[in-house]
Amino acid sequence: MLSDAAARRTCFVIASDPMSVRHAVQVVFARLKRWRINPDACDSTQIVLAEALNNIVKHAYAQAPGEIEVMIDLSDSDLTCRIMDAGLPLPGCSVLPAWVAPVPDGGEVPEGGYGWHLIRTLTKDVSYRRAGGRNILTFRIASQQGPQ
Amino acid sequence: MKLDSEMTPELMIVRVHEKRIDAAGAIDFKDRMRDLTAGARGRVVLDLSCVTFIDSSGLGAVVAVRKALGPDRPLELAGLTPSVDKVFRLTRMDSVFTIHPDVPDLAGNFRDVV
Repeated sequence: MLSDAAARRTCFVIASDPMSVRHAVQVVFARLKRWRINPDACDSTQIVLAEALNNIVKHAYAQAPGEIEVMIDLSDSDLTCRIMDAGLPLPGCSVLPAWVAPVPDGGEVPEGGYGWHLIRTLTKDVSYRRAGGRNILTFRIASQQGPQ
Repeated sequence: MKLDSEMTPELMIVRVHEKRIDAAGAIDFKDRMRDLTAGARGRVVLDLSCVTFIDSSGLGAVVAVRKALGPDRPLELAGLTPSVDKVFRLTRMDSVFTIHPDVPDLAGNFRDVV
């Protein structure tokens, strides 16, 4: 039997559409719970994964058919995620969308733009690169994080 | 997207009977909310106690509903589960919406409309 500290990995490929993203995120959430990742880290991973995958559906493939490859590694203290797609590059190629304050002071509350904020807030070492015609997004989430 | 509502002239309580408000269901949620709240008056309390996950698309839909209701019909939230609460806090939406910790208790004060 594997100990809790043993390295574990899950990999899968999904179609680029919102229902496939929903299903994948639910499967990962159930798997992380089985790996006994703490509930807060499970929640964070579910949120970040949904945001990253839905960004690909909406922007990289722009609703056109495509495939998304996801790999999640559990080491002693971190979940490392790598997400690859063959869609359009992020605007600016190597620059992640700027961190924006989600609610402007006194201004109208926007209906969108929260996705990257959530990704940045809940992860560390987030990086994006374009290689071989593919987008590669990687980030880490502390697997034993406390409530945020 | 399963929603139901109960109301008095001053208050409408809308319960979301779904586990997720995500990118796959956000538009449906917005449409159903528009249908349910059309023609009614008073503040609206959205009971999210069944919802275990919301993403930025779902959050955007809740913000859009708030906007559509207008300033005279405030949208308030109730019964946030931990993951939903986390998304509202991290995006500072907890400063935009009135959030009730408990699920609204009808206590027989409301008549069924749906």
